[in-house]
Amino acid sequence: MTPEEQNFMRKIEAEEKIEPKDWMPEAYRKNLIRQISQHAHSEVIGMQPEGNWITRAPSLRRKAVLLSKVQDEAGHGLYLYSAAETLGISRSEMIEQLQSGKAKYSSIFNYPTLTWADVAAIGWLVDGAAIVNQVSLQRTSYGPYSRGMIRICKEESFHQRQGYEAMLALAKGSPEQKAMAQDALNRFYWPALMMFGPHDSESAHSQKSMEWKIKRETNDDLRQKFIDQTVKQIEVLGLEHPDKNLKWNEERGHYDSSDLDWDEFWSVINGNGHCNRQRIEHHIAAHDEGEWVRDAIAAYNEKKRAKKAQNAA
Amino acid sequence: MTKPTEKLELFEVFVRSKRGLDHKHVGSLHAEDHEQALEYARDCYTRRSEGVSLWVVKSSDICASQEDDADCFYDPNDDKPYRHATYYVLPDPVNNM
Repeated sequence: MTPEEQNFMRKIEAEEKIEPKDWMPEAYRKNLIRQISQHAHSEVIGMQPEGNWITRAPSLRRKAVLLSKVQDEAGHGLYLYSAAETLGISRSEMIEQLQSGKAKYSSIFNYPTLTWADVAAIGWLVDGAAIVNQVSLQRTSYGPYSRGMIRICKEESFHQRQGYEAMLALAKGSPEQKAMAQDALNRFYWPALMMFGPHDSESAHSQKSMEWKIKRETNDDLRQKFIDQTVKQIEVLGLEHPDKNLKWNEERGHYDSSDLDWDEFWSVINGNGHCNRQRIEHHIAAHDEGEWVRDAIAAYNEKKRAKKAQNAA
Repeated sequence: MTKPTEKLELFEVFVRSKRGLDHKHVGSLHAEDHEQALEYARDCYTRRSEGVSLWVVKSSDICASQEDDADCFYDPNDDKPYRHATYYVLPDPVNNM
């Protein structure tokens, strides 16, 4: 190990954060750029399935709440892109990688939101799973990522709670509403569990990420945490648990559960989910359609500069 | 001849007390340039190992919102209590999610 590497590993082992101007191994930088940009892309693409329901929210209150939530996701995307930029990648490079398919985003957003209950289920389960992951990432070794996670977690709690509240309203509503809630739970439960990624044994980046403390807990441990905490929440809703093999294991102190459909997982990751093409097409279209706004900002700034120069002369 | 202090540039000083934490504003000082400001800041604000990293920024480069205008500046957020987690009342067994 070079002295630089030794110094880097000393910091990692002492639970000190790595800051942007510190020396870091190239692979650490790359690994972080991949993870943080993927995280940022997920926030941004995640606006689509919910944004789909803003105009059709069942009340003005739900609409205002959903609008706020989607707005938060855009903000979270911004925090994360900025954190990634401290590692020397530009915003436009990241957008290009997303649009060309080189960079991934969370597969959960390739599932369609068919009913209003799906929006509730996303807030409750998808944001709930994201929180489990992000709470753990508050302790990540890279300073800007860690601080971004702390900020995001603070804001995210409202997302999960509004989702659960909306779910509760449906679950305690008419038989049709309850059925809609159950259907949304049945469809979103499994993909929410897949958000934690493949089994530790199959996870390509896990080992190095754990060693460098980019990740602090393994995929399977985080998934187990989420499975355990969700049981009570489903019970309070009065809905049926989608996992028929769910069983408390006294010895482990955790729930045992069914294995996931990993073929589906890999198939969606590899581009064959319901909405993969639609999500990226929409992102590209929105980006292109926004070009005049970016042009207008540039023109305005140019005008302001010229005026300032004129006044100074 | 020395410049009177007020002719020197004013700098704002930010200290990171521990790696991983945000830099926090601690005060300001006058200095000729960035390098000097950094040295003064070290001598002035971190004499008792208060920090592991210092930022100095020209005060004139800081663009600040006006506190007198805070009411209308933040007004768009005041009527949105639903952005707070505490706004949602959930049953006790799951309230701590």
